[in-house]
Amino acid sequence: MKLAYWPGCVSRGFTPELHGSMAKVAPKLDLELVELDRANCCGAGVIAEHNQELVDSLNARTFALAQQVEGAMGMMNICSTCQGAQSECQERLDADSAYRRHVNGHLEPEGLSYEHDGAWWNKNFLWLLVEDIGLDKLRSRVERPLHGLKVAPFYGCYVVRPTTRLGYDHYPERGQYLEMVISAIGAEPVDYAGRHKCCGFPVITMNKATSLRQAGRHLADAIDADADCLVTPCPLCHLNLDMQQPDASKYVERDLNVPVLHFPQLIGLALGLEPKELGMDKHVVKTRDVQRKVADLAAA
Amino acid sequence: MAEFALKVRRYDPESGEAAYWEEFDVDLPPERSVLDGILKYKDEEDASLAIRCSCRAAICGSCGVKINGQSALACNTRISDAAEKAKDGAIVVEPMGNMPVLKDLIVDMDAVHWKKIQRVVPWLLPEGDPPEREYIVPAESMIDVTQSMACIQCGACVSACLSMEVDPDFIGPAALAKAYRFVGDPRDAHTEERLADLAEDPHGIYDCTHCFACIEVCPKGVDPMNQIMRLRRHATADHEIKDGNNGYGHEKAFVDIIEKWGTLHEAQVLPRSYGEGSMLKGQTDPKAVKQLAGSLSTVVHALRSGKVTPRKALLHHKLPDQDQVRRIYHEIESKDERLELNMYIVGEGDAGLGEDEGEQADKEPAMGETGADQ
Repeated sequence: MKLAYWPGCVSRGFTPELHGSMAKVAPKLDLELVELDRANCCGAGVIAEHNQELVDSLNARTFALAQQVEGAMGMMNICSTCQGAQSECQERLDADSAYRRHVNGHLEPEGLSYEHDGAWWNKNFLWLLVEDIGLDKLRSRVERPLHGLKVAPFYGCYVVRPTTRLGYDHYPERGQYLEMVISAIGAEPVDYAGRHKCCGFPVITMNKATSLRQAGRHLADAIDADADCLVTPCPLCHLNLDMQQPDASKYVERDLNVPVLHFPQLIGLALGLEPKELGMDKHVVKTRDVQRKVADLAAA
Repeated sequence: MAEFALKVRRYDPESGEAAYWEEFDVDLPPERSVLDGILKYKDEEDASLAIRCSCRAAICGSCGVKINGQSALACNTRISDAAEKAKDGAIVVEPMGNMPVLKDLIVDMDAVHWKKIQRVVPWLLPEGDPPEREYIVPAESMIDVTQSMACIQCGACVSACLSMEVDPDFIGPAALAKAYRFVGDPRDAHTEERLADLAEDPHGIYDCTHCFACIEVCPKGVDPMNQIMRLRRHATADHEIKDGNNGYGHEKAFVDIIEKWGTLHEAQVLPRSYGEGSMLKGQTDPKAVKQLAGSLSTVVHALRSGKVTPRKALLHHKLPDQDQVRRIYHEIESKDERLELNMYIVGEGDAGLGEDEGEQADKEPAMGETGADQ
């Protein structure tokens, strides 16, 4: 399956292990990823709170570049925030043809144009895996079923709400996909309060207490529900849940120390890739215990 | 008729007992509401069950509760839909969140919701003598505030707010949506003071994490978070209010970085945010330096884990076509007025209907123009 691929900024910035693990996982699932290396930042909700016309134009540019990739089924991203921010712009662009023409006017000098044909899509790898690759195919490719590994899913707001914008009418189970995938690869999904809640990252520079109390509380809830690790399809959530975890621990006044995996890393482990290839040594909270469990599985 | 199982959270402060769950079944036609189910039980089995309600038609905003964990109006939720979403067979009904419970399904709206509404000065503050007759404003100037005027004060957004869950002092989605109703009103003469007040408050507009929870639950399509984002656009892009919470700095930092590089240069976000958008100020201003020092432990963790290298922190690649991004940026930023597509009034457009360029082609885009001097 050929796809226009938007990796986002953070996966090539502060969470390089995400971009790297996706690159390893793609061929294992017969994905041919054509990276949109000329595309720009999605705005992450911040440009949208500055100027909507600007963020809509910038994302229309990305969509137009993706639509130029010949033979691509659609566009794939690996970041909940990119998904939500881009879906928001796409919703406005698709809602009104006069507005769309206006925005496309900004792309005209380079001969670019976002076409709304009703069929083109932009999907997070999580959605693509369940809807287009399919759990049966995933199961058939599993080389190392992760039996006994308890994984707490953390979705990231931008792929959860608002459901009307995010295609939940067509795909009502999108809010369950992480649990479905975790089960498909043999691991055990952990039920806890935080799964659909906010990591707090967007206000980390503005209100650290509000931000890290959220991250800390969800991590603590996952630990109390006996999770070995969390998994998230959002690198921004990963920054607050992993990179900021030592600080978050102070805000909730308890020890945390629970590893947080990127979604492709978890898939990669099940597909037989080694933790090191998946960049699992590049986390702030050490992934040793997960690695040990996985190694024991291989031996067994 | 069908039988529906309900599981309701009960609490009576006068009994001295802790809150508990009560399960019961009701027979109702499937098109009736969760409220109908509760009232039927109250009517026929236990009159002591407390719930606030009045119009039963999603107009009065009294019967906000949590149904299967989701904040909603009990009168506006079909009992059969709720039963379909019930995890363990029974429809779970609880009092709303983020507010103290008075009895059973009744929460103290005065202590939280109404107090916060009062906080934002929810009345018009015009200047000068009132006109002899009514104030006359151009119809299009009200497009922008119609959405926040649709609020029925049910408190569902307050109940769902994830920031308020950890910061009870957060002004919150309902009150901030109400604030926008006056900030966006051309008759109000204190726009800038209102914005400065909400920007400077540590629990104001910059305490919202954009989690969309309020948008998801609002029964009236007010989209409170979108109103908070409108307040931010007015405060930063239009009025350039440099607040003590780094709201202005963070937005300016982010947008400037994209103008310069096209993708996010993360290592520069913090110093620029703390320096009101300026890299130099972020590294020299004592207040900014103090904040940077507070982030030092995170930086050390990031460097030690190897996910961030000094090279990556210092250097950032420009996009191959960065001149395109820059051209688009300047084309739009140089306009006197911002353009916004108001989805509250567009919505129906050609979304989901495939191509119907013909019908729409001659229509003007339904855009509101929002300028700094409104």
